Formats: sequence, C-alpha cells, structure tokens
Amino acid sequence: MIPELGHFALIAALVVAILQAAVPALGVVRRDRRLMAVAGSAAQTQFALIFAAYLCLSYAFVTRDWSVAYVAANSHSDLPLVYRATAVWGAHEGSMLLWMLMLSGWSAAVSVFNRRLPPDLVATALAVLGALSIGFLLFILLTSNPFDLNFPVPEDGRDLNPLLQDPGFVIHPPMLYMGYVGFSVAFAFAIAALISGRLDAAWARWTRPWTTTAWLFLTCGITLGSWWAYNELGWGGWWFWDPVENASFMPWLVGTALIHSLAVTEKRDQMKAWTVLLAILAFALSLLGTFLVRSGVLVSVHAFATDPARGVFILTFLAIVLGIAFTLYAWRAPKFVSQADFALFSREGLLLLNNVFLVVAATAVLLGTLYPLVIDALNAGKVSVGPPYFNAVFIPLTAPLAVLVGFASAVGWKRAKAREVWKRMRAPAAIAVVLGLALPWLLGHPTKLVAIAGGMLALWVIVTALQEIVRRVRARRDRLQGLTQIPRAVWGMTIAHLGLGVWVLGISFVSLYSVEKDVRLGPGQAATLSGYDFLFQGTEPRRGPNYDADHGTVEVRRDGRTVATLTPEKRLYHATGQLMTESSVDHNALRDLYVALGEPIDKNNAAGDWALRVYYKPMMRLVWWGGFIMAFGGLVAASDRRYRLAKLREAATSGAEAAA
Amino acid sequence: MRRALAVLLLSLPALAAAALSDEQQARYDALIRELRCLVCQNETIADSTAPLAADLRQQVEAQIAAGRSDAEIKRYLTDRYGDFVLYRPPFKAKTWLLWGGPFVVLLFALIVALRFARARKVAAPAAVDREALQRLLAEEYRREPKPDVESR
Repeated sequence: MIPELGHFALIAALVVAILQAAVPALGVVRRDRRLMAVAGSAAQTQFALIFAAYLCLSYAFVTRDWSVAYVAANSHSDLPLVYRATAVWGAHEGSMLLWMLMLSGWSAAVSVFNRRLPPDLVATALAVLGALSIGFLLFILLTSNPFDLNFPVPEDGRDLNPLLQDPGFVIHPPMLYMGYVGFSVAFAFAIAALISGRLDAAWARWTRPWTTTAWLFLTCGITLGSWWAYNELGWGGWWFWDPVENASFMPWLVGTALIHSLAVTEKRDQMKAWTVLLAILAFALSLLGTFLVRSGVLVSVHAFATDPARGVFILTFLAIVLGIAFTLYAWRAPKFVSQADFALFSREGLLLLNNVFLVVAATAVLLGTLYPLVIDALNAGKVSVGPPYFNAVFIPLTAPLAVLVGFASAVGWKRAKAREVWKRMRAPAAIAVVLGLALPWLLGHPTKLVAIAGGMLALWVIVTALQEIVRRVRARRDRLQGLTQIPRAVWGMTIAHLGLGVWVLGISFVSLYSVEKDVRLGPGQAATLSGYDFLFQGTEPRRGPNYDADHGTVEVRRDGRTVATLTPEKRLYHATGQLMTESSVDHNALRDLYVALGEPIDKNNAAGDWALRVYYKPMMRLVWWGGFIMAFGGLVAASDRRYRLAKLREAATSGAEAAA
Repeated sequence: MRRALAVLLLSLPALAAAALSDEQQARYDALIRELRCLVCQNETIADSTAPLAADLRQQVEAQIAAGRSDAEIKRYLTDRYGDFVLYRPPFKAKTWLLWGGPFVVLLFALIVALRFARARKVAAPAAVDREALQRLLAEEYRREPKPDVESR
C-alpha cells in the first residue's frame, strides 16, 4: 500500500510540475498576476508530494518491504537501521528521487523567499524550475521507478553495497546533490533575466546568496566524498580524478567562477552577459555530470549502447534544456554586453582573470573526462586519462589563481595604483617567501622545490587574508568596533580564502611527503615508517551486525612511546559475500597514520602473518579542513545582512502599499 | 606486500630474490601508480587487489630488476595491452588535442579577456540600470555610515 502511495505521489507531482511550468508562463504572457501567483503554490505542493514519495520509499526500506524491487536490491534484513534509512540513495533509482527532492526543495525555497524581485521574474524562474521537474519526473517514472514491485517477493534483500556502509555515505550524497541541484536556481534566474530582458545589480544581488548557498553545499559534498573514499577504499588516496568525482568537480569550478563574476555584476554592473553564461554553464555541467554518472556510459560506452533507455533519455533532455538555454542566450545576451569600464589592474580585471583560469581548468577536466569516451565511441582504440594527466594539466592552470587570491582585497574597484598595492603586499609576500622556504625544514621534511612553491602560495593566500582583517580592525580607533563592523560578506570572503590557503598547504605536503609501505607482519613483528614503529599484535575474529571481521590491532610507537592503537579490519559481508577493507587512522593537524589490512599470507598459516599497508601522510587533515573552512566562508557570506535587510525593507514597503 | 605475496604464490624464488635498490624501488613505486589495472573499474595496479594487477606488479618488478628502463617497460606493456594500460596518455596524433587543448584554450581566453579589458570605453549604462545601482548604493551607505568599510 505504502509503495503505491509513493508511486501515486510521483505521478501527482508530475501533474503539479506541468501546472507549475505552464500556468505562470501564461500569466507572464498575459500579464496576469493571479496566474503568475500559481507558481509559488505549485512549487510548494510539488515539494510536499516529492517529500511524501521520499518518505514512502524510506518507510519501505526501514520496514524491509522486499516487495519493492529497489528495496530488495539494495537492503537486507541484517542491515543496521541508519543504513536502511539512507540506502534510499544507495543506487540509481533512489538517487534520482533524491535529485528530485532537492530540485523541488530549492523551488519551494525560491517561492518562499521571493519578495525582492518583480513577480514576473519570479514566475518565469519558477516555471523554468517546473519544466526541469517535468523532465526529471518523466525520467524517474518511465525509466527508473523506485516503486516498481517484485513478484514473487524474495525472502530477503540482496544488501546495500558494503562500500556504502560507512558514515560518510549517510551525509555525502545529500550534501553533494543539494549543491549540484542548487545551481538550478541560478540557471532559472539567468533564463528569467534573458526572457524578461532585465538584468541589473538588483538581479545579481538576489542571485548571489542562492548561488553561494548551492556552492557551499557542493563544497561540503565534495570534501565529504574525498574523506569517505580515503577511509573506505583502503588505498590511502583522497582524490582519484575518477570521472564520477570530476562530474561534481566541474560544476564546482564553474560555480566558483560564477560567485566571483556575480560580485562584479552586483557591485559594478559589469560582465553581465558573462555572468548569465556562467550560470547556464554551471547547471549544464551539473546535468552533464548526471548524464555521465547515471547513464552507465562511464562503465563502458558499449554497456551504454546495449541498454540505452536511460542514457538516451538524459542525453535528449540535456540537449533540449541546453539547446533552448543557449539559443535564448545567443538571441538575448548581446543586449547586455557592455564595454569594460575598468582598467586591467583593478578588482574587476583580476576577477576576470580568476574567471578565465577557473573556466579553463574546468575545460581541462571536461576534456580529460570525455576524451576516452569520445575516442572509444569513434572506435579509435581505448585510452586511459588518469591522475598523471590531470595533475600535469590542472596544477599549472590553477596555481595562478592562488597568486591572484592574495590581491583580493588590496586591489580596488575600477582602477588601482600599482605602487600602493605593492606597498601593502610586500610584507605578506616577504613572509610567504621566507616562511615557505623554511616550512619543509621546520616540519622535518627533506627540501623539495614543488613543496616550497606550494607552501609559499598557501602562505601568501593565508597571510593576505589575515592582513585584510587586521587592516580593517586597525582602521578604527576603537579596535573592537573595528572588528564588529566588518560586514559578513567580507568575513565570508576572507574565511573562504583562508580555507583555500589551508587546502593548498595540505595538498602540497600530503602529495609530496606521503610515505607508504607494503609489509608482511606476524603477531609481535613491527615495521618502521618515517620514525614510527607499527607493531602488529595479530588479529582476532569479531562479529558485526551483518559481517564477520578479522579485527587487527596495530600499536604505533615513536621513540618507544605508544602514540596510537589502530584497529584495521577485514570484513566479510554475509549477504553479498564481499570482502571489505576497513582502514584505521590516527590523525592530528600535522600527520595521519593509516593502516589497512591486506590479505592473510596463508589461511593455514598458524602464525597469523598478514599483508598490511601502512601510510604516513603529513597534513592530510588540512585538505578537508580547508574544504570545510571554504564552505563555512560561503555560509557567512550568504548570511550577510544586506540580503536580509533588503528583504525586510521590501516587506515593509509592500505592507505600506497594502495599507494605502 | 601483495607483490611479495604474488611472488610467493607463484613460488619463483629467483624473482623473489631480486631485491631492488632504493633507486629502483622509487621507480617501481612511481611506475605502478601510472599503470591501469585492466580488469578493474578505475584503479591503478598499485591500488588494485585483482590477480591481474598482482601479476603486472610482479612483471614490472622483475623487469626493473633486470635493468630495463621505464620506457622499455611501458612499451612492453602497451604492445600487449594497448595505450589503455597507461594512465598518462602518450603524446601522439590521437592525443594531441587532449594534451594541447587546455593550454590553447587558456591562451585564447587570455587574449579575449585582455582585449576586452583593454578596449574599454565608458559606455553609458542603461538608464534603468543606473537608477537601480544608485538606489542600491545609496541604501548601502545609509546602513553603513562609515564609507571606509567597503563591502563585497
């Protein structure tokens, strides 16, 4: 009964989505406020229906309803409750439902917080979001229905992929999708601006907090994904340049560019056509990522060809959405193109450069991701494009960004004087160079040129960000007042840039100074790595809720003192018979110690010798802290009072109008 | 260790004895991170636990111990498995677009951006836009009476 209700809710949501797309559009054409007003209630109703469908599916998972094919394929009676509740997004159909939940959630949010823009603009944007909903709901109902039933009903489920039975999986996908899909709001408003022909500073100011919010969720999602892969895959890696990762990283890069160009559009009323293009591109890449991940094309171009229903649907949808968006852009955008009203050495100029590097970096990732697919599709053989390619291309394209970031607040709008900027920047530059040179030595690492360069860039970003705060505090006689007067927008920017610096520092050091070793150890034997002794104490059998494990104990000592006790496991999941490596990590700000159990050397070996992989990874944490700090910066910036003030004022005005 | 394991299982004492020098070990560590496990979804032979990956690791080790250069080992592998085995695509006609593309795009984008910023002339903003901008600016200064605090 419950699954049927869920299915019905999806169909009802499709009907509402059609209304949401059609009625407000008609209202805009006829200039009929009442028809336009349908958009808001339709968006909220749609969200309620999708949420109901989502609850129905969750209920089926929690109550182990094996009559639902999707539940039976992705759960098991022994699966712990937290994973049963989140197994909803453990595979394709449920992931699409989560996608829809996010899309309708964002639409409903737009309909609630919409007081600042003219009603026809809001109505158009909600109609665009409704049209997107139609496409995705049709996709779910026609090709990927999570409520399809099983007959005969199996006795038990086939279990959730053990790789996904990890805390990282509980929060990573919702965060990622929230960000991914959130760019649909910027997209919808870009389309609305193109249709209405109104694109001014007010539009940019309105779009900014939405874009920043989507971006901060995407940042969190990517960071959590990296953390999950590190813990769960057992290779000690944290970024693989896997196409699935790239699919979320491309919208992030373009979204970051969009945040910066929106600043120019809001503050200086410039680069408007470009900003609109970026808003379209960011969402286009989200859609492309969905196609890549969901069509099966990544597994093999040929697997895609044998079961093309899903892939062809998304590809067609992608072509329609982007075809319309780019046609509209080509037709209407020339109206917004203005000549630059700024010198090259100005904040606008540097932000323009920032956009160039970010967009080119996204292009490189796109090229590397699609190249093997295209070569294969052309039957020109098979090539692999992996980390060596991406590192070789991506790093030179993004290193200049770190240099640019340092100038973020020192260079003023419109035109800046090089002499004044130099006066202000020479101290941070000197600190970055000197400290950067000394840093590997201070931390006890051998001197490597690339690490020094990375350290210098990171310190440059960090020191200039701190300098901006210090400068603002000192600008007032009352220091405390100086501190509290800093607008949240500035705090947000500064924190995000600090996060970038921390991130660059982490990446530089963990990439260059990680040490790993494959060792064979029997109980009581030790391996030495970077001054740490890893003393293996053997394994013991242990029983988990739905798996049996060999539970290992490794004592880590330094200079005879125990610094950590690590407990890596090798798990055999009952339902699927899959073996999983559960790594164990001890971490602090300066280093991670990571142990993964490989294989027992010989099942019949009474001594209990195991193959182990041990890692020493300096500054690993900084990579994820950097990501979270950046996201936090986004949160602070999105909560700036000028966004809220405007809303209050608008409410007051409309109240006054009503009274009059 | 899996490498040693494979060696053990194959009981090839001659190979197991072929200990690598530090320099050879470093080459080995770097090389196995650039080679793809052909039967896995997307893993290097360093990361993969598949038997084929173990076999390839052992081959790489044996060839390094036998004094072959990285290029020779790669050629040996691509002769057998094609370019698919290399995570660093070789630079050839089929891949020049891949390697050159990003830098050509960068050059092009920089030229366009520079020309855009150079060719500046003060274009009169549309009246509506200016009005909106004035309104916004005015309200900002009203809320923040000290104009030395610029907000972004």
